[in-house]
Amino acid sequence: MVNSPKIEIRNLYKIFGSDPKTALEKVKAGMGKEALLSDTGHVLGLQNISIDINESAITVVMGLSGSGKSTLIRHINRLIEPTDGQVFIDGEDALLLDQDELRNKRRTDMSMVFQKFALLPHRTVLDNSALPLEVRGVSKSERHAEAQVWINRVGLGGFEKHYPYQLSGGMQQRVGLARALTSNSDIMLMDEAFSALDPLIRSDMQKLLLELHVELKKTIVFITHDLDEALRLADHLVILKDGAVVQQGDPQGILLNPSDPYIEAFVSDINRARVLRVRSVMTALDKKFKYAGDVAPSDTLESLIARSEGDTSCKFRVVEEENPIGQIDMQDLVKALVPRVSEVEQRNL
Amino acid sequence: MAFYDGLFNALGLREWCDAAAGSSKMSMASLLAKTNPDAADEGPVFPFPSMDELYQACPSFPQSREFTAGVEEAFLNVKDVLKSVLDPLTQPLSWLLEFALFIFLAAPWWVVVPLILLFVWYVCRSVAVTTFVTISFAFLAFIDHLDAALQTLAIIAVCTGICIILGVPIGIAMAKSNRFQRSLLPLLDLLQTLPTFVYLIPLIFLFSVTEPKLYGIAIIVYAIVPVIRLTDLGIRLVDQDVVEAANTFGMSPRQKLLGVELPLALPNIMAGVNQTIMMSLAMVVIASLVSAPGLGVLVLRGIRNLELGVGLIAGLGIVLLAVILDRVSKAAIARVSTDQTFK
Repeated sequence: MVNSPKIEIRNLYKIFGSDPKTALEKVKAGMGKEALLSDTGHVLGLQNISIDINESAITVVMGLSGSGKSTLIRHINRLIEPTDGQVFIDGEDALLLDQDELRNKRRTDMSMVFQKFALLPHRTVLDNSALPLEVRGVSKSERHAEAQVWINRVGLGGFEKHYPYQLSGGMQQRVGLARALTSNSDIMLMDEAFSALDPLIRSDMQKLLLELHVELKKTIVFITHDLDEALRLADHLVILKDGAVVQQGDPQGILLNPSDPYIEAFVSDINRARVLRVRSVMTALDKKFKYAGDVAPSDTLESLIARSEGDTSCKFRVVEEENPIGQIDMQDLVKALVPRVSEVEQRNL
Repeated sequence: MAFYDGLFNALGLREWCDAAAGSSKMSMASLLAKTNPDAADEGPVFPFPSMDELYQACPSFPQSREFTAGVEEAFLNVKDVLKSVLDPLTQPLSWLLEFALFIFLAAPWWVVVPLILLFVWYVCRSVAVTTFVTISFAFLAFIDHLDAALQTLAIIAVCTGICIILGVPIGIAMAKSNRFQRSLLPLLDLLQTLPTFVYLIPLIFLFSVTEPKLYGIAIIVYAIVPVIRLTDLGIRLVDQDVVEAANTFGMSPRQKLLGVELPLALPNIMAGVNQTIMMSLAMVVIASLVSAPGLGVLVLRGIRNLELGVGLIAGLGIVLLAVILDRVSKAAIARVSTDQTFK
């Protein structure tokens, strides 16, 4: 990257307990999560986390419950103070902000969407959405006009006079999304934002988020425990386990080259044809073949299988903006669909 | 002759003990013993070493009645200082009570009662409750108890108002500070368990019995506890997810309190107000002992003169007032709750 990342997290540690500083020494000396808990009664929340979060990208942090992902996202807006480490936002050390500066930062530079929606039950959809501007002291007519724009954008036009309890879960989360968008901040933090929704609604919301992302180019940090969701949204995927980063990088890369049995187990249940894209499987262009057709690097393998009608002998040329950049062999494609061998062996054991 | 003679002898205090012999007041028991020497004390075999028992053995040892006398003296000593501080501080309470009583009685019934009904309609918007209140007032007026009921109502209105003005901020402070909560809770427990009559005793010493603030303070001190407790509880029970959202969008503590915490705690605070109103009513009857006007005076007359009918009818009036106050405040809570959609 030429630009420095929007948010940099450096060697972040979080330990919960009465004397985190002493516990930190022990963790840095190599004590594990279980040992720390049984020896000192301290809970190791995060250990040695370093992540670069790029501007205008969706960074997804994935992990099972208890892996520290919600704790991690709360360090970005300092709802939780770290035990050790640094958080830079736009190159500025966020941990040095005093209360007023922090409040201003939260008002203007970041917004958040919550798993449990966290709407104000005594306010209408319009007032809920206008909240970030109200906090900043924007006049009523102005903030209502702005909120109305985003309410319409998330597809809730006509519901602005309703109260949250009158809406379904999916609609409530749209209000949560509208609220975050109304704040017009560069950074959007999404804490398991779609986890409480049922699958169809969740899929709709993911689509909406992707559309909004294309349109607005916000820096989004998305927390989830769902790998399908993570793969659908992520530009950069971070996998957490027991408060530590197990693997991070391009989601396609993680899928094809899991670095750890934990991740292999994770990715083995995924519909790879739908997730993997031509770009991840293609090889260098080799002119001597006759191609069955042209495909785009962002096409999914699933669409390619449909096009080849199951014929594994054909090859396609990969074309990006009219320039051929590679080729894809259906045999490679089929191999990529099978999870790595080590994992299959593990299963049989 | 006394059981503990030996103890003081052994300690070598006999001389000190006898120095005061005869100088102290005589107790009732020893006076009786003197007039009736046949019933000479054959006390328990092993009496507990209480103050009076030790006094028997050693006349220099203080009797228990000197202990109570000491408490009284201590109070009387600080009384003047206390009075010079509290008197001007609480004077507005007297004015308020006098003013409220004056207004409720000076205005003709066809002004006061419709105004009250209008207020009832405004706070609860319920036809049933307003009709019930109308019928109750008509009944009280018909049996010529309207003035007394209005006096009682005036006192409750003033005292409840002051309880809310003082209690809600105290409750907020308790919710914000664990230390403040810990230090205040024992005091609140004390106020709630202290027998109601006990409030009156020191107040009578501090203020003149003819001053309204005497009963005003007694009522407020007794009734303020629930509104404090439930404000504290209400704010602590506010959904932490919503509070987190408020923090996330950079709300200042003031914005958070007024925009999130108080509105969400309102049903609980209103429940506290309801309790405070009911406790004011309970206390206003007892406060008639120290010249609080209203239905309580009639109850007191019924007890003093054994006028059964007067007491019972006044009691009925109080019950009616209680039901009115309870229904109206609960209807108001229900309205607030549904308005704000807390289900």
